[in-house]
Amino acid sequence: MRFGFFLRESLRALRRNAVPSFAAVATVLVTVLVLGVFIPVVQATTGAANEIREKVLVDVYLKSDASQADIERVRQKIATETPGVGRVEFISKEQAIKAEREAGRGEFYDLLGSNPLPDLLRVTPERPDDIVQVRDALAPLTPSGQRTVADSAIDEVKDRKENTDKILSATRVVKLTMGLLAGLLALASLLLVANTIRLSMYARRREVEVMKLVGATDWFIRWPFVIEGVIVGALGGITAILLLAVVKVSLVDPLADDFSLIAAPETMNFPLLVAVLLGAAVGVSALGSGLSLRRFLRV
Amino acid sequence: MAATERHIRRRTAPAPPRQRVVGDPVPGAVIDFRSVSKKYPSGDMGLEDATFAVHPGEFVFLVGATGSGKSTIMRLLIKEIEPSYGSIAVAGRDLAAITRKKIPYYRRNLGVVFQDFKLLPNRTVHDNVAYALQVTGGSRRDVREKVPDILRLTGLSTKLHNLPDQLSGGEQQRVSVARAFVNHPPLLLADEPTGNLDPETSVGIMQLLYRINRTGTTVVVATHDKAMVDNMRRRVIEVASGRIVRDEKTGGYSAGDLDVNQSTREFGALWREGLE
Repeated sequence: MRFGFFLRESLRALRRNAVPSFAAVATVLVTVLVLGVFIPVVQATTGAANEIREKVLVDVYLKSDASQADIERVRQKIATETPGVGRVEFISKEQAIKAEREAGRGEFYDLLGSNPLPDLLRVTPERPDDIVQVRDALAPLTPSGQRTVADSAIDEVKDRKENTDKILSATRVVKLTMGLLAGLLALASLLLVANTIRLSMYARRREVEVMKLVGATDWFIRWPFVIEGVIVGALGGITAILLLAVVKVSLVDPLADDFSLIAAPETMNFPLLVAVLLGAAVGVSALGSGLSLRRFLRV
Repeated sequence: MAATERHIRRRTAPAPPRQRVVGDPVPGAVIDFRSVSKKYPSGDMGLEDATFAVHPGEFVFLVGATGSGKSTIMRLLIKEIEPSYGSIAVAGRDLAAITRKKIPYYRRNLGVVFQDFKLLPNRTVHDNVAYALQVTGGSRRDVREKVPDILRLTGLSTKLHNLPDQLSGGEQQRVSVARAFVNHPPLLLADEPTGNLDPETSVGIMQLLYRINRTGTTVVVATHDKAMVDNMRRRVIEVASGRIVRDEKTGGYSAGDLDVNQSTREFGALWREGLE
């Protein structure tokens, strides 16, 4: 009975204040739409940035006369004794030249007559930022400022310093910017919805005052407003999600087959995104309605 | 200059002694004000040391110029504001003991009529009155039984489905009275109920309040409607600049004003003199 009464009250309020209610629904709709597009974009971007960062690695070139035992020793050393190492991959001379041939550069090596390429241990750091640590461990600096090697079988340690630095700083900027944008957008959405609610509440503050003077308890007044917020949030949220779904099915899905970026592995899956957006829309507008009422309840 | 003097006086004057509540609670009183003072944050004294009691079934006029403290008394009674000193009891209940959460339940025992009606603008006459019942958890059956009754009493049976802004001022005030009385509260407060109405409509509202009083409800009316007070010959409490200056069993609007006709004639004469 009670719930029925509150529901009827909130429906009545929605009907009577059709224009502000519509404005609130539209606000939620636009906000959810923008967030729904932006969240996957952010995730795809950071996913792509992370993928690029995976490409940061240290190449440990072995001396050409290194024996199989030497190789195994160095490998053990890198894998177990060096902190920050994620993965060690051995690329033999033969594998290296095969890769070169596949890349279409076989003729040059044919001209040489022998394989000049050294054996190689390719080290991927656990986290991209660990790379400096790994390099310093494998090729410690001498007091005179030159680099030595950590093992006699190692010829040279190369971390493609320039590439590494570029990748690290560029991806860091991308991730930071995206994070910042996402934060700002979320804040803007929250303020927008709060403001819309506040306006519609302000238009009805007299009504709330009268209700209080007649002897209504705070929650008796508040419930219809909260239910109204739930309805507004659900209407706006569902409409926005339907639009998103249409766009996803008709535009994004066909493209996703061609572009790996859109189907980046770390993108949230659609049902979860829908649940998060709907929950946020309903929660924010219900909470917003209940909370912004507080000011007017002090009679 | 004046400001500095005032400042000095305020600095040197001894702080007003915290007034003690004098006297015992009046047994059986509906309203019991004991040494009540209200100081607004702005520093204005809304009410100073007011002591009076209203007994069940009384019809009391609260008169005085605007700003004299009538509305302060009303707002204290509905616990919209708290007294600075003194104690107020309504129906034997100390208002200071009512917590903020309990205020709505307290207000359900009061009927309140305001000068500006305070109706819910987007509800029909019927729904406005019904709201007062629904607030107290009244069932649909309650609404179906009581609302038409009270609307008949107030003469609004034909306006059931009108919205407040489709009614005249007098009709809106009737709705407000109907809403105040639908729960049959033991106490009905009316703050300038006829302040916005023409004299003839005012008579109608006063008759309505009188009829409600006849059912045994205590009625307190704050007004500056002189003719009304003089004609009704009820108890009059006069407030002037926050103090209660007069409390008469059957009074006129101002002291010694009992011979209404004469005073009106005198007044008219003075008025004419002034014109000439």
